[in-house]
Amino acid sequence: MFQAIHDPKLLWLFGGVLFLLVLSNIIGDILKERHRNDPSRPTIDNLNARIRAWWKMCAIFGVSLLIGPVGTLVLFGIISFLALREYMTLVPTRRGDHRTLFWSFFVIMPLQYYLVGIEWYGFFAIMIPVLAFIFVPTSIAIYGDTEHFLERAAKIQFGLMVCAYCLSHAPALLLLKIPGFEGHDARLLLYLVIVDQMSDVLQYVWGKLLGKHKIAWRVSPNKTWEGFAGGAASATALGTALWWATPFTPLQSAGMSFTICILGFAGGLVMSAIKRDIGIKDFGVVIEGHGGILDRIDSLCFAAPIFFHLVRYYFVP
Amino acid sequence: MSEHVHPIANILAAIARGISGVQVQWAGCEPSERQRIYFANHTSHLDFVVLWSALPADIRARTRPIAAKDYWEETHLRRYLAENVFKAVLVERGAPAKAKSHDDAKLVSRHLVEDMATALGTRDSLILFPEGTRGTGEKLGEFRSGLYYLALHRPDVELVPAYLENMNRILPKGEFLPVPMLSLLTFGKPIHVESGEEKHGFLERAREAVASLRRIGPT
Repeated sequence: MFQAIHDPKLLWLFGGVLFLLVLSNIIGDILKERHRNDPSRPTIDNLNARIRAWWKMCAIFGVSLLIGPVGTLVLFGIISFLALREYMTLVPTRRGDHRTLFWSFFVIMPLQYYLVGIEWYGFFAIMIPVLAFIFVPTSIAIYGDTEHFLERAAKIQFGLMVCAYCLSHAPALLLLKIPGFEGHDARLLLYLVIVDQMSDVLQYVWGKLLGKHKIAWRVSPNKTWEGFAGGAASATALGTALWWATPFTPLQSAGMSFTICILGFAGGLVMSAIKRDIGIKDFGVVIEGHGGILDRIDSLCFAAPIFFHLVRYYFVP
Repeated sequence: MSEHVHPIANILAAIARGISGVQVQWAGCEPSERQRIYFANHTSHLDFVVLWSALPADIRARTRPIAAKDYWEETHLRRYLAENVFKAVLVERGAPAKAKSHDDAKLVSRHLVEDMATALGTRDSLILFPEGTRGTGEKLGEFRSGLYYLALHRPDVELVPAYLENMNRILPKGEFLPVPMLSLLTFGKPIHVESGEEKHGFLERAREAVASLRRIGPT
């Protein structure tokens, strides 16, 4: 416990995050003063609400990383639970799905995190895509309601894949044994979260500043090519500059960051399409100014598993 | 009734709130110490506990549920929960309908209403599910007449409609394991029996008052 405190590079990363938060707080305050009675006031209030939420999220994440692998695992387990809860609340299910849903929440998802905890990689990698994949439609079929059967099974499978399986790859970074990097895995997780979330924020900022050409206006009116390019480029630059905290060379770090940006974008786009399909704007109202938990982690859900496997393939012998 | 709340009641309320992740909205009125009858749609065993736990603590201590005698006296556990933990007012469902003659029916319903009115006393409030049984959540059932007679008997008591959303998906009838989805509880604007209002018209109006609080369509 609390070994992380003895890792100076990890503390530097934390310091950087803290610096960004203070900086954004100052900018938020200045904007608030300048635009007291502007029509842009709601946007600025929303921005400040987001910054306040960032403080809270960073504090929680920081504490859990400092506690060590168990703290991180518990935190991501809770995030998975809340995300799955938001998802299942909004996706239509039927009475016949009840027991399958109970298993999803209380057996399949905790088991996934337990497998990360005991570092059983082989089981961790196949539990949801293979076992839960078979279990979900079977248990719905046993109940006997065949109306929209395929649709219902697919919705539960997708929810488990995104909220439990994909997301669990973020804390699973802690079980990678990279030669010469032992005991510093927390940095890798922090690196992933920083690049991924900064890519989100920077795409939003660049989009607000320069955004013109919409990428998929039917899915998400806020996503523009200018925002995407600017956000991905600046978040990749940031990630490259953080190479010293990772086992990567600067060039490798650039490649990893760029991959995280692309996948983060894909995750956000897919979750927007789902929201559009259901007919809602946000997944929930848990975090002030941020929509729901799922709106915050959609980019991480797609980036985490690919980042995990890239690191595992290239850096773990 | 004493102000003392059974510790198990508080524990169950906390569990129910956690499982149902309920968000409470006082859309048509504010929490108040005045005597009230809260009436809501009924789809789950969680309904009463969630509604009860949504009230401020001092009001909660003076608010009791009306529950069906036949169901809640069936096993020892149910009886204990109803009588000791939540201090429920147990009434016989559909007793007037079972009566042999019209006069008998009238007598029985008068007794029922008097029981409930006694339970109200001078300071307490009640929680009532006028459908009389748990539904599937798709459509609000017909309201039984107890609410009307009670309202006539005690015109000073406010009738507050409430709608519980998603409880049928969290813990539907016939299941004992819950699925922790999110839910919503909305309190509406209080209603009263208008002077000279007929039973049928009032019950339809009360039902409409509950139904209008629904946010999400049938799923």
